[in-house]
Amino acid sequence: MPSSRRLLAAIAAGALTLSLAACAESGRDAGAVGSGATGGTMVFGAPGAPDNFDPIFAQDGETFRPARQMFDTLITYKQGTSDLAPGLATAWTPSENGTVWTFTLREGVKFHDGTDLNAEAVCFNFDRWFNLPNAAAQSQAIYYADTFEGFANNQGETAGEPVYNSCTAQNPSTAVLKLNKAKGAFPAAFGLTSLSISSPTALRQYNADQIEQSGDAFTYSEYATAHPTGTGPFKFESFDRTANTITLVRNDDYWGEKAKLDRLIFKVIPDENARKQELRAGTIDGYDLPSPADWDSLKSEGFNVLVRPPFNILYLGINGKNNPALKDLRIRQAIAYALDREALVRNQLPEGAVVATQFMPETVDGYAPDTQAYAYDPDRARQLLAEAGQSNLTLNFYYPTEVTRPYMPNPTNIFTALAENLRQVGITVNPVPQPWNGGYLDSVTVSGNHDLHLLGWTGDYNDAGNFVGTFFGRPKPEFGFDDPALSAQIAAADATVDPAAHAAAYEQVNRDIMAKYLPAVPVSSSAAALVVRNNISGVVPSPLTDERFYTVSKG
Amino acid sequence: MLRFVVRRLLQVVPTLLLLSVLVFAWLRSLPGGPASAFLGDRATPERVAELNRVLGLDQPVWVQYLRFLGRAFTGDLGNSQITGEPVLSEIGRALPATVELSVAALLIAVTLGIPLGYLSARHRGRPLDVATVIGTLVGVAVPVFFLGYLLKAVFAVELGLFPPSGRQSVGIDATNVTGFAVLDGLLTRELDASWDALTHLVLPAVALATIPLAVIVRITRASVLDVLGSDFVRTANAKGLAPSTVRGRHVLRNALLPVSTTIGLQTGLLLAGAVLTEKVFVWGGIGTLLAQGIEQRDYPRLQALLLLGALVYVLVNLLVDLSYAIIDPRVRLS
Repeated sequence: MPSSRRLLAAIAAGALTLSLAACAESGRDAGAVGSGATGGTMVFGAPGAPDNFDPIFAQDGETFRPARQMFDTLITYKQGTSDLAPGLATAWTPSENGTVWTFTLREGVKFHDGTDLNAEAVCFNFDRWFNLPNAAAQSQAIYYADTFEGFANNQGETAGEPVYNSCTAQNPSTAVLKLNKAKGAFPAAFGLTSLSISSPTALRQYNADQIEQSGDAFTYSEYATAHPTGTGPFKFESFDRTANTITLVRNDDYWGEKAKLDRLIFKVIPDENARKQELRAGTIDGYDLPSPADWDSLKSEGFNVLVRPPFNILYLGINGKNNPALKDLRIRQAIAYALDREALVRNQLPEGAVVATQFMPETVDGYAPDTQAYAYDPDRARQLLAEAGQSNLTLNFYYPTEVTRPYMPNPTNIFTALAENLRQVGITVNPVPQPWNGGYLDSVTVSGNHDLHLLGWTGDYNDAGNFVGTFFGRPKPEFGFDDPALSAQIAAADATVDPAAHAAAYEQVNRDIMAKYLPAVPVSSSAAALVVRNNISGVVPSPLTDERFYTVSKG
Repeated sequence: MLRFVVRRLLQVVPTLLLLSVLVFAWLRSLPGGPASAFLGDRATPERVAELNRVLGLDQPVWVQYLRFLGRAFTGDLGNSQITGEPVLSEIGRALPATVELSVAALLIAVTLGIPLGYLSARHRGRPLDVATVIGTLVGVAVPVFFLGYLLKAVFAVELGLFPPSGRQSVGIDATNVTGFAVLDGLLTRELDASWDALTHLVLPAVALATIPLAVIVRITRASVLDVLGSDFVRTANAKGLAPSTVRGRHVLRNALLPVSTTIGLQTGLLLAGAVLTEKVFVWGGIGTLLAQGIEQRDYPRLQALLLLGALVYVLVNLLVDLSYAIIDPRVRLS
């Protein structure tokens, strides 16, 4: 017996030591986080790590988030909205035909390395983007390629005739940008985070253009991995790949309202549950994308759930190429009438979600308030199916698994609800679930073997072309729909320079899409959220997920 | 002996070559690919094709394979498609995390498991034994991720005793020497960092240790019971040996033979369990690399992980064969 007692005593002693250790540690933690001299430190839980820190090679929200704190764009968005506001440019004027943009630059602005921001620096950036040297770099500059359509020396087959012509520094505070053609995306697209202005000195010093292909992957330059240099309210300090934290510090020489926090740390926590528990344990001050199912419980625990105004579209894609029956407008309209989108929004989508009446949210210029409505009407749907002689229609309905998107928090639930609606009107639904990265995107966007599918889009900036142009500006295997008249109508709207006429042209596009073409059915716009502790103030949720942390303070 | 080792090492080469072919073909036969994973809902057929072209993924698989092989022979297993970093440096950084976690879990399982199993057997049928048996049943049955979240909810969130996830607190400036966070703190005399790392290690190690702990307790208990009933123990007791001598020299030593085999087997399983534990505790080890690699279809990373895993497996097996030859003279290595 004595020996067994000794053993038990040893186990108990061990357990006690561990718990004492933990007590000491938790006290230390509380002190460590937020112990800044003036403004403190905020630790924000991010769902993913940035690909790199060079904005031109950024294409996802995780990469944009730190870039938005370190860089400025010529034009920015008024916080909490998608409306334009002065950024590095205090004024911008297009020529009458929209091919020349004159930017008046803010004076006295310096990059983090002390380089002056002037028209030459701005033009250096435009020239750099246009002259990206190789296929690897061009294939990564996705937003630039989307907006400016091509490069000086196109390496890829997808790039076309470049929109960019030249940039001239008329004087230190005036940059003149010449385009080869007018484009509706401007001026809103000048606010894209990818088009952030970097320090020419740092770009040269750290070989920013040296993005290269290495085997089956790309390697980024020293500029992109360790020396991003902008004019923003925070400066880059480090990216600790072991701890998975990105640390930014306040830029005391910032031209605008200086950041209140001393230090801003993005801690990468991919697991949503783990983010929630870190917030509850007090080791982070907030995090992005709480699951809508947790919003109420987080609020009741005293956290602030900040819901972003919806700026996305979920649609039910219809592929007429795969199934000729779907080429009949009456069938597509029957599908639209069959869907109880009100019930879907009420029962399956988070607070803040709304039914979509067209392929863009209400806040985008060009939204038409009077498009043809397809209110839930199963009788009308059955009637249309009967008229088209398709009362026994069978459709392969593809939906993604293992994913949540801002416009689609729970694809399986959304599929279930919509499929039930379709069954109610006599359509036989053949469900085809596929993992998002396990073939779904290839199936619906490349192969086009589906009849129906769920997909959506989150807007980048306030221009109708960013929504309807993306979907229907040219034929895509996703919809199997090809009507040159619609493509031409969208191209004409995009090339209309006058803002009022531009919006009016897109309003007509929206009316026609909903009444004459209905190539797919817009379903809803959903709200995504972020959550912070109640001692954090100044976070303004943005429809573009463009939250700027310089206004944030920790009380 | 030397000839045996050399021959076995030479066998490793064709094994790995065959495996690399299988891994290569298998990864590329999976639906989806790195291009559409990278592009997300910005994927268009043209963009996917473009990225595949730039990355050389549009070439025939055998061409891609030969290119991979050529580089692999120079020790270059490629760069991660997610981070652009060489996969070997990613693995080098993540491996210590996984080893640290697995060793900690194994230590907990062994140091608690053997005494508990022994005590349980000694007090067979008594409350301690019943509690242990029930406890081990639960331990084996509870999924690691569930236990992980439960431990976090209680000990990190409610009681605030331990940090909920990660390997170190934000703001701790630790010097990296070996990659083993606890050890590094001791080596560099940054005791704060070492302490911090230790507290982060506790919950994931406990979660990961549960199943091996339960298994070790049960095997020890059964084995001790078996030995207690054997003739030589009765003889030892009958000839008047001190009870502590009987327990230590006769019972425990004999009972530990099957236990040590179990520990060996559990070590392999620990690495598998580490994938889930790492996810729950955001641990940043090999499991995290693997899970993220599969999700994003990161071919170079997955190839490297699977091949290195196989290499380790083959080498460990070789060591086991060698150790048999040393322990058991009946095994000949010719």
